[in-house]
Amino acid sequence: MFSGAVRSVIELDEVAYSYGGGELLTDISLRLAPGSFHFLTGPSGAGKTTFLKLCYGALVPTGGQARLFNRDVRSLSRDEVAYARRRIGVVHQDCQFLDHLSLAENISLPLAVTGQDKLAAQSNLKELMTWVGLSARAGALPPELSGGERQRAALARALILSPDVILADEPTGNVDWEMSQRLLQLLVELNKMGKTIMIATHDLSLIRAAKSHVQARVLRISGRKLQLAGADL
Amino acid sequence: MKVDLSIITSLLSVDAGADRVVPPTGFTARLTLFTAGAMAFLAVFALALSLASGRRRQLAGRACRISHLADLCPAAQMAAQTERALKILSETPGVSEARALDPDEQRALLEPWFGPDLPVESLPVPQLIEVRETGAGYDRDGLRLRLQAELPGAVLDDHTRWRKPLVQAAGRLKFLGWMAILLIFGAMGAMITLAANAALAANSQAVIQVLRLVGATDAYIARAFVRRFTLRAASGATIGMLVGLVAVLLLPSANAEANILTGLRFQGLHWLWPLLVPVLAAIVAFAATRWAALRVLEGLR
Repeated sequence: MFSGAVRSVIELDEVAYSYGGGELLTDISLRLAPGSFHFLTGPSGAGKTTFLKLCYGALVPTGGQARLFNRDVRSLSRDEVAYARRRIGVVHQDCQFLDHLSLAENISLPLAVTGQDKLAAQSNLKELMTWVGLSARAGALPPELSGGERQRAALARALILSPDVILADEPTGNVDWEMSQRLLQLLVELNKMGKTIMIATHDLSLIRAAKSHVQARVLRISGRKLQLAGADL
Repeated sequence: MKVDLSIITSLLSVDAGADRVVPPTGFTARLTLFTAGAMAFLAVFALALSLASGRRRQLAGRACRISHLADLCPAAQMAAQTERALKILSETPGVSEARALDPDEQRALLEPWFGPDLPVESLPVPQLIEVRETGAGYDRDGLRLRLQAELPGAVLDDHTRWRKPLVQAAGRLKFLGWMAILLIFGAMGAMITLAANAALAANSQAVIQVLRLVGATDAYIARAFVRRFTLRAASGATIGMLVGLVAVLLLPSANAEANILTGLRFQGLHWLWPLLVPVLAAIVAFAATRWAALRVLEGLR
């Protein structure tokens, strides 16, 4: 259903989104090619989170067309939206977790919902937790974690199904400079593995820091529209 | 209606962690457990009442087919008169069997009034003849007329008149018992639906959105809630059923003078019927929670 090579993983064609009578985004067109790296900037309240939600099918455009893996979002059944999300890892700013489950259980949640082989899942989980530096915190509950640990855990959960796309909404919003550099480094490594990355952030220093590591496009939401922000980094 | 068998099989699977995504605490857990327990307890009593009424009905129905012929005559003629009465009865269409009660049986009938040591043989007690009729029955008026002509001392005591209302009453009680069971399970379904709705509403932000975010289908999310509520309802109903069984066991047992109040205990294989109560509770909880879960999930993207 959502397998196989695609020309673009996410396509927005003159997309508009209105809520409560007001238009939040208008005339948004974008094509995320496989393996590309994008930053999305804009002031607080500009609509970055809404834009990301349109990109993973949590919102349906009120105008224009959004396509996930060449399928119009409007034509997707609820199950098909779920299958599409298995190919899109999302890291939210507020890092939603199930507080009654351990960190390891939270990170492996996507494996549980897809019913993947438990032995293989355990192996993936250990590897991933070591990679994000959380192997010593496997049994901790989410409320016991620091901001940086929660962000890394959210990234690990987004990655465990080896998705094609990573959408990160302010992934460095609650962490110090050193941790934000570490998270950025993880995302750059993922991009080098062929993953498509989009990071929504208002932290321009993060974008400048990425400059030496990756070729990325910087997009800006301003006045409800999407613009290319200056030259590519 | 389309039935998704995978949901049922996954519910019965041994993967105990499948419903761990639903937070384990909260008032809905206690509410479901208590409701299922209380309803199962009541269901056991309704079942006992219904089955006891069924037995009463059967007994009274059988008794309706038995009449007694009392032969009032001097002791010297008793044997001949009894012989004669039996012959008349054997010639009467609709009578399947007629037999003279022996002194022990007559003593047992009189015991409630005169005590156990009554010397029946030395008293002018009439000879009683038990008359069993076929399904079609016999012509009572015709038999009475013939008895009047040939055995003037004989009295035909037809129990049908006073036993028929008993049969009807027992039948209605049995029906009411089953209606009560239906209502109990209906009420249980309604309560569990409310509890499941409350749990789903409370968890819609914390649990359902996270599960949707990581690619869970509606079936997976519904299954987690359904499994949790079904197991809770089955556990509560098992406890309620066991308490109900103990309570029924403590009731007086049926005896020869048993009426509906002293014969409520289950008898024989009827003791197995209450085992169905937790199973039915689980089925009701399964259907109620699944319906509630899918309704709530339809409203979320």
